[in-house]
Amino acid sequence: MIKNIYNLGDAALYCDFGDTVNKETNLKVINYFNDIREKNITGIKNIAPSYNKLIIYFDLELTNYKKIKDTVENLDISTFESAKTKIVKIPVCFDDEFAFDLERVEKKVGLGKKEIVNQLISQKYFCYMTGFIAGMPFLGDIKEKIRLDRLETPRVKVPKGSVGITEQFCNIYTFESPGGWNIIGNSPKKIFTKDPTKLTLIDPGDEVEFFEISKKEYSKFNEQK
Amino acid sequence: MSKNSFKVLRPGISTTFQDLGRDNLYHVGLPFSGAIDKRNFLIANSLITNKEDDAVLEFAYQGPLLEFSGSQTSIVITGNVNFKIIKKDATEIKGECYRTYNLNNKDCLDIISTEKSVYGYLSVKGGFKINKFCNSYSTTVRAEVGPNDGKKIENGQTIILNAVDSAIEKSLEYLNSKIEFIRVIKGTNFDYFSEDSIKDFTSKDFIVSKLTDRMGMRLSGPKIKNLKKTNIKSEGLGKGVIQVPADGDPIVMLSDHGTIGGYPKIAVVISADYDKLAQCPPGEKIKFKIVNLTEAENLYKIYTMETKNIINKIR
Repeated sequence: MIKNIYNLGDAALYCDFGDTVNKETNLKVINYFNDIREKNITGIKNIAPSYNKLIIYFDLELTNYKKIKDTVENLDISTFESAKTKIVKIPVCFDDEFAFDLERVEKKVGLGKKEIVNQLISQKYFCYMTGFIAGMPFLGDIKEKIRLDRLETPRVKVPKGSVGITEQFCNIYTFESPGGWNIIGNSPKKIFTKDPTKLTLIDPGDEVEFFEISKKEYSKFNEQK
Repeated sequence: MSKNSFKVLRPGISTTFQDLGRDNLYHVGLPFSGAIDKRNFLIANSLITNKEDDAVLEFAYQGPLLEFSGSQTSIVITGNVNFKIIKKDATEIKGECYRTYNLNNKDCLDIISTEKSVYGYLSVKGGFKINKFCNSYSTTVRAEVGPNDGKKIENGQTIILNAVDSAIEKSLEYLNSKIEFIRVIKGTNFDYFSEDSIKDFTSKDFIVSKLTDRMGMRLSGPKIKNLKKTNIKSEGLGKGVIQVPADGDPIVMLSDHGTIGGYPKIAVVISADYDKLAQCPPGEKIKFKIVNLTEAENLYKIYTMETKNIINKIR
């Protein structure tokens, strides 16, 4: 399960589940995340899963690294079924207006636009984590045929809704933000809702499917929003 | 009683509502946010006799120019701030931080600038009439959440105050001190960096660059050389974490930081020194010193005790 626990500064710690990034490891992280959240442990202020780690942020006025570490080590994590996951369908427009890096991707992976889009929309993706900016889902794994590195120089501003790929992952920029992923489309769907009862459309552990929409459908979608 | 309000005649560079921060939302990508300088935030609310976690207006560099409408209100400003009160009859009162002032109908509060620092705080008796988002008055501009629709204060808008009758008269003698070193704990990727770079990191000056805001602080100085890899698997971040991207210039995560990052972490600023680091304006020199976890925990105890002692001196 947890391979190692170590501190990040004086008010946070990582639970490390090992170096491998895959669905199996990540599901363990997500299970721990859900379980620890439900236990309401004194002094824990924040907890979030990433691919292979759990970060726990605690209140130094109420507790400390050693106490939280001991508590986490002695937790009885019972459930290993991911219970509350769902399938989310996301519309994406791949029009040239949005696909800033399509040419770069075509060159690097040696496929045409149609094939790249088909590769992307022909399967379901697993949500490993959300974050960096509010609601941004880190999805994987994309087909090996369309994998490539991130941009050498990140963009200062990636527009809201941009759909990007890098290495084995894809994501959606839920807000305008700096970023270095290869942008190949844009989704008009609001992913971060601001509704306190349901802040995000996609949660860690969920499955995501993309479907292609035309530019006309994209602008209509915006009108409905 | 008539409604008390401020009309914003000049919003300032980055003026936002803040409180002690918003917990429990890292997993959706929302950082704590909240007042960057916790000590000055707490002093502001104590001086004006508000609740500890009431909302304040935080401003950076140039603050707002506000015209008060209503019967009367009490205000206080904390930090190192140059401000004045322009009375209705155009007489001007030079403002002093850490003492309360009463404003009457049509008086203006002109928060001119923070001095040799970045952030200052305005607390108003009774607080602002604003709504919480997920149990907090903090604003995260990048995610558009918090009071004021998650936005900075804008020109021409009206800020409604909770009406209170009592005038407050309190003051405190306090000077924001500088420290010789910003103390850090080794980061989780400390051993990625060359021996020479570690030596530079702990002995040479780093300069706060202009690329600094509530999200992060970019430093320039000796380039930090990475011997292993410049990208790691993205993982959770916290405030005070110092990441070093491929260009070798460190970035310190501040209160509105991205919750996930993939650059190696050379060090983490200790909780006790976070306020002081974040108050360093562009151009200021910083030196880092490594301490261990136990020292950091003790220094935080001292920091909280000092804050309490300062607040106890309010008269």
